Amino acid sequence: MPSEYDIIIIGAGIVGSLTARFLSRYDLDILLIEKESDVCAGATGGNSALIHGGYDAVPGSLKAETNVRGNAMWDQLSAELQFPFDRRGTYVVAIGEEEFPRLAELHQRGEESGVPVETISGAEMRRREPRINPETSGALYCPSGGICDPWAATIAAAENAVQNGVALRLQTQFRDFIWADETKREQIVGIQTTQGDFYARWVVNAAGLYADEVMHRAGVRPEFTITPRRGEYYVLDRADVEINNVLFPVPTEISKGILVTATTHGNPLVGPNAQEIDDKRNVDVTPAGMAEIWQGAQKLIPSLTRRNIVAVFAGLRPGGNAPCLGCDVEYNKDFIIEIPTEVHGLVNLGGIESPGLTAAPAIAERVVELLRSAGEELTVKSTWNPIRPARPVFRHLSPQEQATLVAADPRYGRVICRCENVTEGEIVAAIHAPIPAVTYDAIKRRTWLGTGRCLGAFDTPRVIEILARELGKDPLEISKKNGGSEFLTRKTKEVRHA
Amino acid sequence: MRKQLKSNYEVVVIGSGPGGLAAAIAAKKAGADDVLIIERDLELGGILLQCIHNGFGMEIFGEDLPGPSYAQHYINAVQALGIETLLDTMVLDITRDRRIYATGARSGYLDLQAAAIVLAMGCRERTRAQIQLPGPRPAGVYTAGTAQRWVNVEGYMPGERFVILGSGDIGMIMARRITFEGGKVERVLEILPYLSGLNRNYVQCLQDFDIPLQLRHTVKRIIGNDRVEAIEIAQVDEHWNYIAGSEELIPADTLLLSVGLIPENELSKQAGVQLDPLTAGPIVTDGFQTNVPGIFAAGNVVHVYDLVDWVTKAGLVAGRHAAQYAQQLTHQVGERKYVPTASGKNVRYVVPHQVAPESLTEDTITLQLRVTHPLEEPVRVLVHDGENLITRKLKRYARPGEMLEIPLRGRDYDAVRKAQELRVSVVPKG
Repeated sequence: MPSEYDIIIIGAGIVGSLTARFLSRYDLDILLIEKESDVCAGATGGNSALIHGGYDAVPGSLKAETNVRGNAMWDQLSAELQFPFDRRGTYVVAIGEEEFPRLAELHQRGEESGVPVETISGAEMRRREPRINPETSGALYCPSGGICDPWAATIAAAENAVQNGVALRLQTQFRDFIWADETKREQIVGIQTTQGDFYARWVVNAAGLYADEVMHRAGVRPEFTITPRRGEYYVLDRADVEINNVLFPVPTEISKGILVTATTHGNPLVGPNAQEIDDKRNVDVTPAGMAEIWQGAQKLIPSLTRRNIVAVFAGLRPGGNAPCLGCDVEYNKDFIIEIPTEVHGLVNLGGIESPGLTAAPAIAERVVELLRSAGEELTVKSTWNPIRPARPVFRHLSPQEQATLVAADPRYGRVICRCENVTEGEIVAAIHAPIPAVTYDAIKRRTWLGTGRCLGAFDTPRVIEILARELGKDPLEISKKNGGSEFLTRKTKEVRHA
Repeated sequence: MRKQLKSNYEVVVIGSGPGGLAAAIAAKKAGADDVLIIERDLELGGILLQCIHNGFGMEIFGEDLPGPSYAQHYINAVQALGIETLLDTMVLDITRDRRIYATGARSGYLDLQAAAIVLAMGCRERTRAQIQLPGPRPAGVYTAGTAQRWVNVEGYMPGERFVILGSGDIGMIMARRITFEGGKVERVLEILPYLSGLNRNYVQCLQDFDIPLQLRHTVKRIIGNDRVEAIEIAQVDEHWNYIAGSEELIPADTLLLSVGLIPENELSKQAGVQLDPLTAGPIVTDGFQTNVPGIFAAGNVVHVYDLVDWVTKAGLVAGRHAAQYAQQLTHQVGERKYVPTASGKNVRYVVPHQVAPESLTEDTITLQLRVTHPLEEPVRVLVHDGENLITRKLKRYARPGEMLEIPLRGRDYDAVRKAQELRVSVVPKG
């Protein structure tokens, strides 16, 4: 790999990966770096997986603007990159007569933002979602909302970028900027990383939770800070609980509230709560948090029982404190999408929390426009291919398609993950994909293996065996997410070296 | 060359653990010609193959066998009887009219019709999510059964310093096994005030190796982002709340979970089989037929057993009835009169859920039950219909971890036939 590029993108979450993919259309040498061992390992990896309609963002904010624009881009994006996306609409559900008037406020806000919304009766909501709280008095339906698979979307975007010539370096952490003149610190010419120095004319800060630290290294927006806001979630067993829709409670001042939602992978999701913390690595689930989300979920679906739970996880929202300039009201949690004037060579993104997933394609598009307006000559490559072909997903096929696939490649006939019916064929394909999946968690993100009710108890030994075989490694070297998270410590009958 | 599979079978057994093997053998012996076992793993035997410790077979063989030897006895019988087997094959779907869709790397995609099906998928282990353990999700948190597979079958150690949560049998057996392999088991924790596994396993696996067991204790937090670094434990009160000040930090690289087993009934649900929320297994008759005519269930898929011998016995009953059904010898549920069983004093559940009095003209019916809490004194197991005592049995004690049995015999036929219900209670002898 060369060490000189036109553009370096820091962070391979959904924003960084889509930015790389959009920029890969042009005749540019691009490097995408990620400090973790896989893409979508930060904020993108743990959220509600929703594509928001945008009725509730503060009008005039970048959040509102990129939400609406981003929402409209997901159909084409999911068609080209071939990942699961379902525009099935979202609901805000009023429980009891006292919550019903709140729907009118949201309805009006939606209309002001140009987002289609419709208020439906309690009876209609109960018809559409039979398990909903019988005291439901009405709901606000937003038909442009939807659900997606953020792991698949990010992986597909990054793979498409790589297929179109972007260099991806995992386990490569940003340390500092390199300046044309270290004393003046005006012109960025590259970055120092844990894997060496890389040079470029432009650096895009898509560092998510760490975006504040990156921009401070450039001397930009010293007052901007990211405060991680942790959200805890439960995943429920689709064999026990059928949820057809995206169900929000009536929001509070600080949060969209604890939702219950259908997902593209089938197992319903409940959460998140919102807890400000100071450690950007802290994805603990806590007794208090779990109690809180359970209470919230039961408000919408009172018949849930704890026996329905198959998984528990937490994600972090990279909440920032950037003031909104275009808002009529005082609002200090807007996105940052800018080329700062005090330095040259930086495209600065920050505070990309909800609706960041929805907005990500619009943010990526805006990065392209910012570069163009800064005089960057963007020449479309004739070889650019926007299509990232999806790999077969056994459980989503019809019986006839399954039979054909198994006949063509018997490895698709061997089920490794019993709960989610993930086959050896899918695992091997993920290991040998354009971005090779070399850890258990990387395979999980690509196949949904181990996310079901046994939580990997049956598949883990077999996945280790397959990874070791395909990578020519010893099973002792196979890890969950990177070095330091190996599953096994030694062979039996061997003396332990203290 | 594999023998060409037929597309129709009299009895198809799903799973080849002790329940499935016994069901297939009994079905064949009861006259079913075409019997097929479908097994998802590479070999017959189910989870017994990784249970290399002894303790199997005392009831049936009067011998203390390791798991694989116990299984081999029945595998030999399966082969001797010419029962067909399909290994490395996963059943994807079962319909109410007993069509089976399955797939395997060697067997390809399959579509079979069975006259009768015996569900014998066994059970799976409860996970950290189901008990909602706080903390991040590093490597080093495993179920005891997964660790058992690594150590006993694949020859790898999943860690060096262990905390084991739950005093289930697999957890205690793994505590000893890890000790044999040079690992250190720092602690076994049980949230309940009493043991959840068999007492003999406590004596032979923990006491004999000086492994400390702490009752009324649980994991308060897992620590470590990449790999487990330590486990914070705490004592709990009677409502399972942590007692402030009782916390202790135990350096460890592995947390093993032995916190209960859940019958695996996802396929059963797909076939429309009704489940009992208490056992998490199908509602069954004394012949182990479910509410779906022609679909039977045997072993841990019905409710979790603590002795394999009893799983085998249940499999034999289910297999015989499945063969009879396949040969049209039995009437369907609904046409026959059934008497429901019920849980009385101190009883958590009773299996089977319905008893056909006519069965008593052919065979003994064994009612199996678990108590709600330990009764550490001589007890009577009683079967009542209202005020009428039908049968009773004396036991030295009753513990939730040890299943109880009480037989109904031919002599009880008249009483059972007249009964409105069979209410089973366990009361101190007094």
